[in-house]
Amino acid sequence: MSEIKKIGMADLNVIKNPGILTTLGLGSCVGITLYDPITKIAGMAHIMLPSSKTIRNNTNAAKFADTGTQLLLEEVLKLGASRGRLLSKLAGGAQMFSFANKNDIMKIGERNVIAVKEVLQELRIPIIAEDTGGNFGRTIELYADSGILLVKTIGHGTKQI
Amino acid sequence: MGITLDELNGIQLDVLKEIGNIGAGNAATALAKMIDKKIDMNVPKVQILEFKEVPELIGGEETPVCGIYFRVEGDITGHIMFLLALKSSKSLTNMLMARDDETEAMDEIEQSAIQEIGNILSGSYVSSLSALTNLNIKISIPSLAIDMAGAILSVPVIQYGQMGDKVLLIETELIEGGHQVKGFFFLIPDMESFETLLSSLGVLK
Repeated sequence: MSEIKKIGMADLNVIKNPGILTTLGLGSCVGITLYDPITKIAGMAHIMLPSSKTIRNNTNAAKFADTGTQLLLEEVLKLGASRGRLLSKLAGGAQMFSFANKNDIMKIGERNVIAVKEVLQELRIPIIAEDTGGNFGRTIELYADSGILLVKTIGHGTKQI
Repeated sequence: MGITLDELNGIQLDVLKEIGNIGAGNAATALAKMIDKKIDMNVPKVQILEFKEVPELIGGEETPVCGIYFRVEGDITGHIMFLLALKSSKSLTNMLMARDDETEAMDEIEQSAIQEIGNILSGSYVSSLSALTNLNIKISIPSLAIDMAGAILSVPVIQYGQMGDKVLLIETELIEGGHQVKGFFFLIPDMESFETLLSSLGVLK
């Protein structure tokens, strides 16, 4: 029986095969995963906001796209992953509610996804798959043996990316 | 600079809790009038919780829930969300439509009914807030989403997340006959509005 580690909001964790990382009910937040296919080291972060720089209360690094991705990278490297082999997958960033007139706060999911992509590009980590946007929630599971990311929804099916 | 939930003192918290009590009480009365039945209400619980504790209240991140979201406009700005488990929403629409539909899904009529209930509950909540503070406060038309609790809750949690790591919520339990409905109000003033709110209540230091 492989170990399942659950990651909450504004949290992250890493694991070495065997095991599964999961985060339940992603809405506008984004789930970022890093995976080294040779050492089979996997990491997952559940970030809430695009940037730690515009927020006064920013002590929790895992809450933000910029500091969260950086910390996740440090943690998988610590466990023995090779930086050059790391592959990333993303899920989440939905817009759960919509209003007729434009509202910046309502676009937070989209802004989160853009921010994560920018950080990964700066860190030169390729994004090989994503399931982002839309108006529905997602539960994700990352399998350390294969690197497969399973995305489950209510009413929008289940898929592997 | 705004004030965060972590910086609130005991008196400020008590005042916010009292607003929660009065607001939820008026909301229950409004619902009773709407369905023309006697509604019992437990004393609402007003809590300040860590992010991670919030989904547990409603049965976990993957529990299907119904969220009704409003923008708050006027002297203070922000958002209000009324959240209830899908099962509770069904009980409410069954009460309103005087039927006993046991299915899990919500059809279009039920969705629009629950939206209207959310509208009336949140409207009466806001009008008590407005009366207590002497502030002009209005709510927008509602937006409805039915999905996993975690996903719906991410919306108020993210907005609170810009201020700190806690949320303020009011838990209300309504009972009509055999039906029991548990609902949660999230009041999410924008950062600057928190100060306006507290100062109009006379509890800003």
